[in-house]
Amino acid sequence: MERFRPVRSIAVPFARDNIDTDQILPARFLHLPRDADHGACLFRDLRGAPDFPLDRPQWQGARIALGGRNFACGSSRENAVWAMHGHGFRAVIAPSFGDIFAQNGLKNGLLPVRLPEATVAAMIARAEAEPSAELTVDLQAQQVIDADGVAHPFEIDPFARRCLLEGIDELAFTLSHEEEIAAFERRIGRENS
Amino acid sequence: MPTMFEKIWNRHRVLEREDGQTLLYVDRHLLHDGTAPAFEMLRARGAKLRAPDRAFATPDHYMPTDTRRVAEIANPELREMVASLTRNAAQEGFTLFGLDDARQGIVHVVGPEQGISQPGMLIVCGDSHTSTHGALGALAFGIGMTEVAHVLATQCLWQRKPRAMRITLEGRLGPGVTAKDMILHIIARIGTAGATGHVIEYAGPAVRALSMEARLTLCNMSIEAGARAGMVAPDETTFAYLQGRPYAPADWDRAVEGWRALRSDDDAVFDAEVTLDAAEIAPTVTWGTSPQEAIAVDGLVPDPAAEPDAARRAELTAMLDYMALHPGQALEGLAVDRVFIGSCTNGRLEDLRAAAAIAQGRRVADGLRAWVVPGSAPVKRAAEEEGLHRIFLDAGFEWREAGCSMCLGTNGEIGAPGERIAATSNRNFRGRQGPGVRTHLMSPAMAAAAAVTGRITDIRTL
Repeated sequence: MERFRPVRSIAVPFARDNIDTDQILPARFLHLPRDADHGACLFRDLRGAPDFPLDRPQWQGARIALGGRNFACGSSRENAVWAMHGHGFRAVIAPSFGDIFAQNGLKNGLLPVRLPEATVAAMIARAEAEPSAELTVDLQAQQVIDADGVAHPFEIDPFARRCLLEGIDELAFTLSHEEEIAAFERRIGRENS
Repeated sequence: MPTMFEKIWNRHRVLEREDGQTLLYVDRHLLHDGTAPAFEMLRARGAKLRAPDRAFATPDHYMPTDTRRVAEIANPELREMVASLTRNAAQEGFTLFGLDDARQGIVHVVGPEQGISQPGMLIVCGDSHTSTHGALGALAFGIGMTEVAHVLATQCLWQRKPRAMRITLEGRLGPGVTAKDMILHIIARIGTAGATGHVIEYAGPAVRALSMEARLTLCNMSIEAGARAGMVAPDETTFAYLQGRPYAPADWDRAVEGWRALRSDDDAVFDAEVTLDAAEIAPTVTWGTSPQEAIAVDGLVPDPAAEPDAARRAELTAMLDYMALHPGQALEGLAVDRVFIGSCTNGRLEDLRAAAAIAQGRRVADGLRAWVVPGSAPVKRAAEEEGLHRIFLDAGFEWREAGCSMCLGTNGEIGAPGERIAATSNRNFRGRQGPGVRTHLMSPAMAAAAAVTGRITDIRTL
């Protein structure tokens, strides 16, 4: 995984609540191999709709997405994260997320940032009114800096933060605890025999 | 003091991390034909499958349900998904119930059916409907692909402990009302994010009264309320269901004794409590594009004009538009184009019996296509031994092979744009059953009623 660096970018507002992972990546693209262009499939069936922001010229090149409540609920498909990351997004700011999507994001360099509903609503309103307004997502400092320079702190698991900042994956860490896992297996083996 | 969830959590703890996350040991890892990328991740690390005896696989997502021969899958990409699972099973040495195996089926039907899923276990699978297995008193939840690879390599998973929620259903269900109506009603009440961050324990007399298969339906859709998992305390119903299953414990009496101790203590404290009256639940149908948009079949779809919140008003309007419904319209009498009976939610024998009871002596409405897709090969065989397939075929239904099929259409089985489908599956998301398709979720009997009348119909008046 690449190291997560501060992201300074304009932000695309996906203002609706409960945007599900079937919208983010429709099921007919689920068989694509990991190295396929998932970004091209992002929100495929919503693109082209007049009120859908992704392809509008004012938000091209955005690396931050703004979402409504319960962003990316539904299916466990990690492909939804691959699609957002593949399209260029590195952070999604929303009041709440589907659990599995948030976990998947942390493991793929797509940072889920939870901020209070009113804060996100204000950021969405600002992005719609002034698309060139930039946000900065600073994981090191655990804050989002808005276009007025106001810092909004956010919470994140310290370990996930370290993994993202240093570009290490969880698996290497867990494998370093092989001895504890083996001891656990010996114990349940005895209990079950 | 502890809840059932805490008891199971505690006995699977391997170690704690400084940030409060826990490494949990996984008893059963269920795999399906969408898991190929996880094996690629495993190999890229030079890692091996740690515990092949704890992994069980079956192809369900990508196999068309009109054939059992891999060579007959026309689309080479889908064919490769199914073939790669077979190769990975041979290479890594885990158990595979392949297409030529009499035990093949949807992974969430197969696990309980074979007795692989048992009370007290920690069960994971790269699929959000893994919550199904919680019906047996297991802690079972869906994970992403990187997590699947992590479990393959370490047999463990890092988790932050979720909160505990109890949903108690008092009273009893009325005639024609099922576990599917119960869970749709619950989701409509608490919302699609109502249980986010929680593990739900379903309790109360109306849950106790459910059969094992009905409990599987109930727990299956926990994720549609945002929950990490859903579970029901094991009882005599659970034990009677599991006894004699191929993978049931050899030392049966000792196992049951341990399972009896799993239930939440009487003084257990839950972080959230919801109490509902089962008698108030009607046959329930979704009208919108989220499972929370469910109403009684004799109800009216909402009128956005009556909604004070602007964002919610816009959401309602967009859903009505997509679903081609008018504000305040009655659901009953709405014409449907297709019917899909199946899925990990409602593809078990009792579901097919309920649908067949409606289909018997009737005919599928003119111009309507109705599919019955058994949840597994054993379900299909058992249904045929009872003659259910005859009832369906005589009524004009298609009787197909086991798989996920039109629940999500990854095998190519989807509806046409604009089609309205009465479905027993679990998600009515925009485009879930194909671009532009309009899905109404309901119980198997209600779906069968829609098939024979051509319209959404209240089962209680048929």
